[in-house]
Amino acid sequence: MSLNKLTIADARDALRKGDVTSVEITESCLAAIEGAGVLNAYCAKTPEIALDQAKAADARIKAGDAPAMCGIPLGIKDLFCTTGVASQAASNILKGFKPEYESTVTQNLWDAGAVMLGKLSMDEFAMGSSNETACYGPVVNPWKVDDRKLTPGGSSGGSAAAVAADLCLAATGTDTGGSIRQPAAFTGIVGIKPTYGRVSRWGVVAFASSLDQAGPMTKSVRDAAIMLEAMASVDAKDSTSADIPVPNFEAALTGDIRGKKIGIPREYRMDGMPAEIAKIWEDGSAMLRDAGAEIVDISLPHTKYALPAYYVIAPAEASSNLARYDGVRYGHRAKLGAGDGIVEMYEKTRAEGFGPEVQRRIMIGTYVLSAGFYDAYYNRARKVRALIKRDFEIAFADGIDAILTPATPSSAFGLGEMKDADPVEMYLNDVFTVTVNLAGLPGISVPAGLDSKGLPLGLQLIGRPWAEGDLLNHAYVLEKAVGFAAKPDKWW
Amino acid sequence: MSIDIDTARKVAHLARIAVAEEDLPKLAGQLSGILTFMEQLNEVDVEGIEPMTSVTPMRLKRREDVVTDGGYQDKILKNAPDAREGFFAVPKVVE
Repeated sequence: MSLNKLTIADARDALRKGDVTSVEITESCLAAIEGAGVLNAYCAKTPEIALDQAKAADARIKAGDAPAMCGIPLGIKDLFCTTGVASQAASNILKGFKPEYESTVTQNLWDAGAVMLGKLSMDEFAMGSSNETACYGPVVNPWKVDDRKLTPGGSSGGSAAAVAADLCLAATGTDTGGSIRQPAAFTGIVGIKPTYGRVSRWGVVAFASSLDQAGPMTKSVRDAAIMLEAMASVDAKDSTSADIPVPNFEAALTGDIRGKKIGIPREYRMDGMPAEIAKIWEDGSAMLRDAGAEIVDISLPHTKYALPAYYVIAPAEASSNLARYDGVRYGHRAKLGAGDGIVEMYEKTRAEGFGPEVQRRIMIGTYVLSAGFYDAYYNRARKVRALIKRDFEIAFADGIDAILTPATPSSAFGLGEMKDADPVEMYLNDVFTVTVNLAGLPGISVPAGLDSKGLPLGLQLIGRPWAEGDLLNHAYVLEKAVGFAAKPDKWW
Repeated sequence: MSIDIDTARKVAHLARIAVAEEDLPKLAGQLSGILTFMEQLNEVDVEGIEPMTSVTPMRLKRREDVVTDGGYQDKILKNAPDAREGFFAVPKVVE
């Protein structure tokens, strides 16, 4: 097997035994990246940094000081600031921006000895579900079943494609409304969004600060447990980072969920749900039952209002967060005409720098926060958000340990197929995932099988706050029962 | 609530994004579509519900009011499109 195809867990064990070196695994990944230009997953490659880090990791492993992530080559979503390496959030407005600092998450990974292969493309400012809003052009899903090129999903589409195509052992992602879980489902990999506050947001380009969380995108549930532990920390630089110690998540993977109660929320059975999605959902719940869990029908009555609430709250927060891109401190500044003043500088810079979807969301956010509409839209949405969170609290208070739902309403669709669609149609991709961000809960997407076209479908498990270990264990049981081993045929 | 062309122009200006006059009708239509989608929220009974302000129940951390960071002006200015003599440079603001 080529070394780039290893899981984190297998690479860790092989590295510790001395069977392989980090330099060998890293070189294998770098070669795979060179051969996969057509997927457009990497927007910046850092082979020199990678090889330096790999050599240092090998020395550390030899010295017997090797944390689990030591020597593991990773791809990093373009949303994370990395010192001296372009960090653009896939936006032209951050063209040329090379941070003078490192995000807490990536610093934690480098401290653990991980290796950076490069930066991964994404939807601009993490706003999108198809990776088509990236300033680098769309990322292509390694899964292909006819002559169409498919989306890897978004916003962490570069991360998903890179993991599925073995262009890294694992990748970082971020999730504001489903941006880890939807692309993970579209590419047949695992992705977890942790509890809000588990992973520091410091140094991660902000989209909607009350919803954003970073998490790992990996080839297995065990890898997700290992990498999440390395990413998470209590961080004084993020005031919403929780003062809760990071447990050993891998140790939680006992494979025993006997007596656990799994909720099946009836409101997620949407009108017109494709039969294939309904079937994998039923199959998944049967597998958990066979593993000894109790399956319980539950109600989350405000589910229907999650998407509209999200599309008030997320743009509102984005409109304030993205106000910082003004052509003064970093990134792009428009060429000004004679007599142009500072307002023209702002307006031209932002018109040139932001793509259409980002502009739309900033303007929607501006509108819902403007005088006269603040109560009608923003405050109402925050009240509905409180009700959505309460739905989950009631379910958990009734003894539910985890909730099982589909991850996405469809499998991957073709690039360009949504071009003429209403923006709202694209938003429907987040219908099963967005509630989890609004409630601040942990959620994980696990591959659940292939549809009749041969494309991956995912199931989502939602856990109690701060119980990622328990959630990962449920996902581990589901993963073993499903036995998903399919990989995309290499066509690139 | 539908957004007319005048409102779209006003919102674009508030957001400090230049939008060409001929692009305003399409923008107004898209923004109206999104707002119509949000109108579903009016069906929800929110009587007596407090707007959510904190995702997880936590008290924001406090610290001593002392300088803990700084002293690297060159790093701050390094990515500026136009920096001169230790400052960010912008077009004339005050006449």
